[in-house]
Amino acid sequence: MSKIGVFVCHCGENISATVDCVKVADVASKYDGVTFSVDYKYMCSDPGQTIIKNAIKEKGLTGVVVASCSPRMHEPTFRKACAEAGLNPYMCEMANLREHCSWVHEKADTTTEKAIDLVRILVEKIKYNQSLNAIKVPVTKTALVIGGGIAGIQASLDIANTGHKVILIEKDPSIGGHMSQLSETFPTLDCSQCILTPRMVEVAQHPNITLYTYAELESLEGFIGNFKAKIRRKSKSIDEKLCTGCGLCTTKCPTKKIPSEFNEGLGTRPAIYVPFPQAVPNKPVIDRVNCTYYIKGKCRVCEKVCPTQAIRFDQEDQIVEAEIGAIVISTGFTVKQPDFFPEYGYGKYPDVITGLQFERLASASGPTLGEIKRPSDGKVPEKIVFVACAGSRDQAKGIPYCSKICCMYIAKHAMLYQHKVHGGKSYVFYMDIRAGGKMYEEFVRRAIEDDGVNYVRGRISRIYEKNGKLIVNGADTLLNAMPVEIEADMVVLATAGVANEGAEELAQKLHVSYDPYHFFAEAHPKLKPVETNTAGIFLAGACQAPRDIPESVAMASGAAAKVAALFSQDELTREPLIAIVNRQPAPVYSSCVGCFLCVSACPYQAIEKEEIKNRAGEVIKSVARVNPGLCQGCGTCVAFCRTKSIDIQGYTHEQVYSEVMALLNEY
Amino acid sequence: MTLGFYPGCSLKGSSREYAESVLALAKAFNIDIEEIEDWNCCGATAAHNMNKELSLALPARILSLAEKQGLHEIVVPCAACYSRLTVTKHELAKDQELTKKVISTNGLDYKGTVEVLNIIQMLDKYVTPNLEGRVVKPFDHKVACYYGCLLVRPHEILKFDREEDPQSMDELMLKAGATPIDWAFKTECCGAGLSVARTSSVGRLSGKIIRDAVDRGAEAIIVACPMCHSNLDMRRGAINSFLGEKIDIPVLYATQALGLAVGLDRRVLGLHRHFVTVTV
Repeated sequence: MSKIGVFVCHCGENISATVDCVKVADVASKYDGVTFSVDYKYMCSDPGQTIIKNAIKEKGLTGVVVASCSPRMHEPTFRKACAEAGLNPYMCEMANLREHCSWVHEKADTTTEKAIDLVRILVEKIKYNQSLNAIKVPVTKTALVIGGGIAGIQASLDIANTGHKVILIEKDPSIGGHMSQLSETFPTLDCSQCILTPRMVEVAQHPNITLYTYAELESLEGFIGNFKAKIRRKSKSIDEKLCTGCGLCTTKCPTKKIPSEFNEGLGTRPAIYVPFPQAVPNKPVIDRVNCTYYIKGKCRVCEKVCPTQAIRFDQEDQIVEAEIGAIVISTGFTVKQPDFFPEYGYGKYPDVITGLQFERLASASGPTLGEIKRPSDGKVPEKIVFVACAGSRDQAKGIPYCSKICCMYIAKHAMLYQHKVHGGKSYVFYMDIRAGGKMYEEFVRRAIEDDGVNYVRGRISRIYEKNGKLIVNGADTLLNAMPVEIEADMVVLATAGVANEGAEELAQKLHVSYDPYHFFAEAHPKLKPVETNTAGIFLAGACQAPRDIPESVAMASGAAAKVAALFSQDELTREPLIAIVNRQPAPVYSSCVGCFLCVSACPYQAIEKEEIKNRAGEVIKSVARVNPGLCQGCGTCVAFCRTKSIDIQGYTHEQVYSEVMALLNEY
Repeated sequence: MTLGFYPGCSLKGSSREYAESVLALAKAFNIDIEEIEDWNCCGATAAHNMNKELSLALPARILSLAEKQGLHEIVVPCAACYSRLTVTKHELAKDQELTKKVISTNGLDYKGTVEVLNIIQMLDKYVTPNLEGRVVKPFDHKVACYYGCLLVRPHEILKFDREEDPQSMDELMLKAGATPIDWAFKTECCGAGLSVARTSSVGRLSGKIIRDAVDRGAEAIIVACPMCHSNLDMRRGAINSFLGEKIDIPVLYATQALGLAVGLDRRVLGLHRHFVTVTV
């Protein structure tokens, strides 16, 4: 027989102003199984909690119903109080008399009646509650960081500096990401490489970081604290231990005309190459798609000139398996490529370039050594037009969002151009100037006022080439939409920032969700910006949405803090409110018939098949089993189960049924 | 199968030669063509600026008549008519209430089963597949294919060609033996309905189109819209006074150029009806 205590809270006047709390407590005291019932002004206060604790001890309560506010507010408080008095915390339930009753209804008899109903259903439910224990899972204290741009670098360093192991994988031959391609950075105009390369070196030398470049995630299994990752280390075709990075092979390679990815196609590289001089690691890889030996079976010049015999033409991809406790995704973004802007002639006219290409032109390490020269004939452009929102904020292009970084980098580009080309004329066509950020607006004003960049509010309708000039047609919407035509020497498009190709595939591999634009989805847009909805997997940088450097770094440190918090525990404690498939004595074993509809229904891949075997080791029956480490307690499987074999602990069929019956039966 | 034909007002009046060339090609390629009986105005630009229901009821009546006549597919050579008919089909397909209203207004049943083809789609479907061995006089000229505004827009409804840099007419002209040039004014505005009210504006807008085509070496401009044609051809006086130069590049309908290539008679194709003498 249950011994239930009911504790009705006035919440100051929050509840008692509209609900007759004394009556609620009085009515509840007469229910079967209720042995104690009381009302009090503030049940959550120390004296209030003492009332509960004393009642548990003195009356030997087997269940506690606190009728007060939302469980979101104080369930942990009251469960803790119960536990301190020796009652299993899951034998405590809350009736929400505040948000669900007093706050939303007028003072009336019916309001009190509803409050009484809310208490009664929980009195009936708690009769079927069972003691539950928190779930413990071990934690592997190694983090996997996917993507070695600035976000991945920062996250790796932060995690490594807390004393935990990190495996950083990068798909390209060098870490550094987009930031390594940038010339100067807004709003301070400090050199991107100068602030980035020391961190790249730190990553390579950090004792806690294992760096795999030219590597990609092959597969991932497991759950928070207990992932198993397979990493494909693509063949570099060199023996990294022997290679000294002397670079002789890269100078002797006869295939030299491959468009350089690092220079965004504005320069060339050989088939055996280091992406850029400051690359980490500074050792070459062979691009097998373009290498003459792999195409024709002849050449091997690099092998002949290598002083340490480090070339390995027959090297194969390697699969590395690793136990991982947490993952940070920091795979970054890309920009829209040719054929997306036929009206701007991108891909057709060599002097219409992207913002990233302009970064390479302006960079001291770029193909022009920092001189602004146009790609077609190498002339210094006297007139240059920057087009903001090229693709972004454009429903018709399928990119309704703002790419966020462009307003600032365009101001920077125009400024760099004015600094480098004296007497040059620059125009920025914009929709709005979005310069939200510390020192950002000041930076844009500087471009306009100090450096004389012409900002024209309006969009460009078409760009075409005529007599060696790019004719740029647009409108000035601040001058009554007056048509503007500029004969420019070069045009820079602030192309929309979009998710990486293959982002969708990676998301599916990792079981994290993504938004309609294939950016990875955060667990909550405000309160969980670096978490995904898969426990133990975090986000950093522009893989979640277009982000600038300071934001990417902040996110990375945030994600690293989450990982460090996770790794500060030897075991993870989780709420036991998860699904469980029933088990029964032989010969039934379970009412589960093994249809496994639940497996396809589960959004967290938490349900697996379990084979029940007899002593001879023969399989008698295949039934579902819920992995307690993965289950999030969403209940989808319960709805799908045809034989009612799955229950959510704390919300079993029995419990919910008794609640409904309590409402239906006249008391 | 019989292909329905909706000429619209232009093809019966100022651009008779467009209709003539469409029908001549159809005859040459054994396409059974049947005009929609008792057809009415598509509403053009006027209706949809004044009353949405009217702008849908007018084209819907045409489509209803086609259904009644047992037609499954109609060709609409005028780009403006094509746009109105296609937009109407799209709008009615997503709004049953509106469809009911339109049906009661017109007093005609409407099912939305008629496929609407523009001239390029019609040629691609029924003429170019049978072109082998038929091009007896290749239209061996550099041509500027001018699409205008309505043939490819609004893209999300028409889903035809690339709206900013269309290619379909260029491909068609290649098959006719012509050399399409790469130019910048494929979809720029010709001045459209301002032809009467503000002829000088048309002179300026169409003038820029003609200028670019000629500067890039075109010997003829190819169009698929009666409005484009009348602005570029009939308004050549205004154009030339804007350009301050006498430019006599001819403007041909795609159907006329293709007709010439397959050896049809110039008179049958209505080439004598143009203001600017067709010398190519």
